[in-house]
Amino acid sequence: MHSHTKPLPSPSLLHVLSPKFISAGARPLGKTENRSGRLILFVTVGGVFWLFVFGLLYRLLKYFRGIPEIGALLAAKLLGLMFISLFGILILSNVVTALSSFFLAKDLDLLVAAPVDWLRLYGAKLLETTAHSSWMVVLVATPVLTAYGISYQGGFLYPLIAIAAVIPFLFIPAAIGSAVTLILVNIFPARRTRDILSVIAVLAAAGVVLMFRLVRPERLARPEGFRSLVEFISLLRTPTSPWMPNEWVAQGIMSWLRKSPEILPFYLLWSTAAVVIVFGALLHRWLYTRGFSKSQESGERWVRQGSIGRLVARALTPWGVMRRELVLKEMRLFFRDTTQWSQLILLAVLVVVYVFNIKFLPLRGEGVTFFLANVIPFVNLILSGFVLASIAARFIFPGISLEGRTLWLLRSSPLEMRQLLWSKFWVGTIPLLVLALILVFVTDVLLQVSGFMMAVSIFTITMMTFAIAGLALGFGALFPKFNTENAAQIPTSFGGLVLMMASVTLIGIVIVLEARPVYEYAGSVLFKTDPSTWGLVLGFGGATLVCLAATFVPIQIAVKRMKELER
Amino acid sequence: MIELKNLTKKYGSFTAVDSIDLSVPDGELFGFLGPNGAGKTTTLRMIAGILQPTAGSIHLAGIDLSENPLAAKAKLGFIPDRPFIYDKLTGAEFLRFVAGLYGQDGEKVEHRGRELMALFDLDAWADELVESYSHGMRQKLIISSAFMHRPDVIVVDEPMVGLDPKAARILKDLFREYVRRGHTIMMSTHTLEVAETLCDRIAIIQNGKIRAVGTIDDLRAESTGGGGLEEIFLKLTGERAARVAMEVLDA
Repeated sequence: MHSHTKPLPSPSLLHVLSPKFISAGARPLGKTENRSGRLILFVTVGGVFWLFVFGLLYRLLKYFRGIPEIGALLAAKLLGLMFISLFGILILSNVVTALSSFFLAKDLDLLVAAPVDWLRLYGAKLLETTAHSSWMVVLVATPVLTAYGISYQGGFLYPLIAIAAVIPFLFIPAAIGSAVTLILVNIFPARRTRDILSVIAVLAAAGVVLMFRLVRPERLARPEGFRSLVEFISLLRTPTSPWMPNEWVAQGIMSWLRKSPEILPFYLLWSTAAVVIVFGALLHRWLYTRGFSKSQESGERWVRQGSIGRLVARALTPWGVMRRELVLKEMRLFFRDTTQWSQLILLAVLVVVYVFNIKFLPLRGEGVTFFLANVIPFVNLILSGFVLASIAARFIFPGISLEGRTLWLLRSSPLEMRQLLWSKFWVGTIPLLVLALILVFVTDVLLQVSGFMMAVSIFTITMMTFAIAGLALGFGALFPKFNTENAAQIPTSFGGLVLMMASVTLIGIVIVLEARPVYEYAGSVLFKTDPSTWGLVLGFGGATLVCLAATFVPIQIAVKRMKELER
Repeated sequence: MIELKNLTKKYGSFTAVDSIDLSVPDGELFGFLGPNGAGKTTTLRMIAGILQPTAGSIHLAGIDLSENPLAAKAKLGFIPDRPFIYDKLTGAEFLRFVAGLYGQDGEKVEHRGRELMALFDLDAWADELVESYSHGMRQKLIISSAFMHRPDVIVVDEPMVGLDPKAARILKDLFREYVRRGHTIMMSTHTLEVAETLCDRIAIIQNGKIRAVGTIDDLRAESTGGGGLEEIFLKLTGERAARVAMEVLDA
């Protein structure tokens, strides 16, 4: 043994992070075969999505530019609204990601045991958390900011200004999210992800409601509610939330685009980011060792056999032992995994906020035209479709990934992959369908739509539910994340993003196919002209075909892929 | 009975398993030895139907695995080297689920599950979530699950890893009794003592090829030097055992 020991130089931050760079470089899309096919799919779907967002915003901004006085204010407000939602998403996703990167990741045993000082560990893990939880936001924000830059002629320096505004905007929620997770892990005993994530879900729910109140969107939707235009403009002028980073980003970017650049928003952004990171680092030094040790303690032990489980078991018996056990297993895993079911709370809030917004839409009385009365149910269908898509991404999409480590068991048993996938399909689709039908029925009743429109809505949402569930399962098998430590991260993976984009495209196609024939048919009924049923048949036939294809083709592909999978 | 004919597995240009021919009859416990990366796990996972062979065929209890995979797999129990199972099921639920995969349920299955858990001292843990099990307990649960449907053939990858001495002894007895009743077990292991005392025949695989196959006496004769299995193994696999540990530590 050495009699005198020199303190070892701590490895650099770059060295601590190097395995991440090396692995990222080695397999950008997972190390599997058929990489080019999936890359093409991603580039195509991503390109269509970017063009769609860019085109939509560009047109909207062009329209805003044509409105004197309030055009620029509306554009600024819109940017502010976008960044406030991104800020909320970032906080939530950073809390979830930090739980994995700071406490559950497999490399932590190595790093914590090695002579890596606390500051470098914090730096490395904060960068990792930021990258994991922000890349999707960057992907979505890019076409939006590009549309602003082009439409307002931001000049060649504009990209630099946008980057200078967005970078601190990403680090602030990352440092806050990591700190929140650090505190939660220290408060709750042992490896109680259950409690931690329930708290996160409730916090997120509260955050969503709070954000809606902060924005007060209903006031903007009704300019006639203001006593004068001056009052409306003055509302537009006042910042929604002057103390929030999202406001600073919007202000910084808009001031540059209005050719009167302000330095204050950038100063606020960068100084706040610096302060938050310093505080985060201090908190990390104080609490991390204790929290990490606590997070290593063993999980929950006892469970009770619920009477619902027995009831389901009995109900499923006629379908055979194998199917019954598969469904029971899916249900048990879902309800015992808090990272899964706690998201239901968030979902409930999403649905409630949505239904309330529909309830308060000014749809009755004067000015509600025949056109509006028929357009709104379609908008309702689109929005319900989005809600369903995000639920499917949360609950159906991760199904295959979560099976990853146990695939050896399923693959070495006489279980057909088709059977596994269909059992996952039905376990996910039935609750989704019930929710979809209730959602559309309730909102349509609130909207007081006609019987015909109600039938159209119910039919369409049923078809869309099957299609979205099929897509979720298909993309889940095409882009699995088998080695994740945290189920809550699967939906925000690369494949989850592709799924969301594909779902949006599907919803768009179905609505485009149905909208025109339905509008014409309803019009001819109203004006007592001869209604053409051919248009209806073609529209609905087309939509049905698209939905059926989107249900069966992805599942076929998934079955094929699961058979080829070598795990 | 397990029959491998010309079994080959390639990953791109790398050949992990190279034209293996092997026949393990009923009532035999067959050992599969080889250095790390020799192709043992790949071979066993092909037999279990998890990996697709690049060429060649596998017959389990006389059934062609590629032609009739479900019927062949119904005859098989597989025990992997890494005990990954559903964390959120209890031990008893896991055994019930595995039996269900083979279409079995009812009181007989419940009874068998209880007996197997008791055999491995897991009965007190039957209603606890697997996530609270240690590595060795998970391994014991997976071993129990492979016996749930009474397969004709059991394929085991490194069965002794993580087991305590008592469980290791129980497992050896269980394996011996199982083959005595006419079933087949194929097992890979690095524990040469286990292979020597337990296996009827042994194959030594290196770089994806079988270097030698036979009883211990056959192998001893082939390696032309006698000695224990360790010496035979090192001679056949050409390991540079002579590298002195001191040199390595000083490097």
